Amino acid sequence: MNAIRVRGLKKAYKDHQAVAGVDLDVARGEVFAVLGPNGAGKTTSVEILEGHRDRDAGEVSVLGADPAKAGREWRAKLGIVLQSATDAANLTVREAVHHYAKYYADPRDPEEVIDLVGLTEKAKSRGGTLSGGQRRRLDVALGIIGRPELMFLDEPTTGFDPEARRQFWSLIKRLAAEGTTILLTTHYLDEAEALADRVAVLAGGRVVAEGTPQTLGGRAHADATVRWLSDRGHQEIRTAEPTKTIAELSRHGELAELTVTRPSLEDVYLELIA
Amino acid sequence: MTTATLPGTLSLGLSRGATELREFFRQKENLIFTISLPALLMLLLGTVYVKEAAAAQMFAASMIGAGIISTSFVGLGMSVVADREDGTLKRLRGTPMPFTSYFIGKIVLVFVSSLFEAVLLLAVGVLRFDLELPTSAEKWLTFAWVFTLGVIACSLIGVALSSIAKSTRNAAGVLNLPYIVLQFLSGVFIMQTALPESLRTAGSLFPLKWVCQGFRSVFALNDDYAVMEAAGSWELGKVALVLGAWTIVGLVLVGRTFRWSNTSR
Repeated sequence: MNAIRVRGLKKAYKDHQAVAGVDLDVARGEVFAVLGPNGAGKTTSVEILEGHRDRDAGEVSVLGADPAKAGREWRAKLGIVLQSATDAANLTVREAVHHYAKYYADPRDPEEVIDLVGLTEKAKSRGGTLSGGQRRRLDVALGIIGRPELMFLDEPTTGFDPEARRQFWSLIKRLAAEGTTILLTTHYLDEAEALADRVAVLAGGRVVAEGTPQTLGGRAHADATVRWLSDRGHQEIRTAEPTKTIAELSRHGELAELTVTRPSLEDVYLELIA
Repeated sequence: MTTATLPGTLSLGLSRGATELREFFRQKENLIFTISLPALLMLLLGTVYVKEAAAAQMFAASMIGAGIISTSFVGLGMSVVADREDGTLKRLRGTPMPFTSYFIGKIVLVFVSSLFEAVLLLAVGVLRFDLELPTSAEKWLTFAWVFTLGVIACSLIGVALSSIAKSTRNAAGVLNLPYIVLQFLSGVFIMQTALPESLRTAGSLFPLKWVCQGFRSVFALNDDYAVMEAAGSWELGKVALVLGAWTIVGLVLVGRTFRWSNTSR
């Protein structure tokens, strides 16, 4: 059984159709990224899956239950990492993690969790004094304390510096390696490429493409671009058979500055959401 | 998979209460405004108005009433709005914690902070105005139930009204306005007998008047002072009835209006 199955999901706010018929399948143990520009319907969709928002239409099953009706036992299996929370400002990291551990039947060891997210040195600092990256790591700590089967991460690394992002990624990879199913939204393509087994691109409330980061939008089969420098200047050929093209070109001798490129995930993405 | 049982609603509620208190007492503005304001008002207004012992008793009683409504109705309403604003409620909603536990935690917070506030106010009364504390167990029992019922009723209404306010900034207005008006209608600053009939009736519809009246029955030097009440008696039965009714109204309102976030639905 899939961890998440969505068919025909719709949600409108007044006149604005935020989600206009989304289908999604996320297998157990998978890391699934939802990409899309601001206003694409990512957060709305995820909040419906989390049970935080009503839907207008569609079938939704998350860990075998309908989020609109599921109860405590269901929520105990989820880990939700919030996007912009500033709560627990007057609790220390240690107090907050220990407190949230009490909500679950079989929580992880709070001290281990603090260590896992790299906040051991900040365990005695209050939430309100943490830097942006540390604050998000506290959010992750509170999200994983209950040993979730499924984690939701909504734009988890927005505002991180490059080093903090790398650290964060390795933490997510570690959780995924433990078998946790992860649904993450992001608008960083490198993040999706680094973490996700599969991605879906959302635009205008619909899924416009879905696949592995390597094959998204027909990327693997797209024409390659061969570029080189001749005495007439920079040359460029788009071809489905770059090996053959180069073989032919190189009969006349060495090709200066030769490169073969396929569209990057970013190229594909920008085309999809245009 | 194993289905270990989740922790009970009450024990989680108490644990939330402990955490709420910890956060509350770490914020200096709470200590200054919520806990000390009634004592400060007592000191200021008492110095102006209180000329005799009996007046000190009555004034202190009314100020305790006004004080617990400030912590429960205004303070709690504000704290729920803040929880909605900073993500606390959203986070809690994503955990298996039942809503009732959240509310129990808030009641614990209000109960303990109101108690601190009442003790501080009584201390000011005793030290500065020679306030006499009741000596009979019966009076203290009345104090206990009026206090408890008042805290619960006003907490529920505060939480219900917090749903109207969109931000902490606007909550201060939504919650303080009725509170300040009610103080004048309920015999805190002005005796109800000095008010025109219509205003007196309006005040009698809300909990503050009854909480204050209940406390006045506790702190009056003797029961003869009941003649100064609007009805000429302490009406303790009616105090219980009105506060009980507001508790039920509050429960219904909270059930119907409570929002976990500013944007949900």
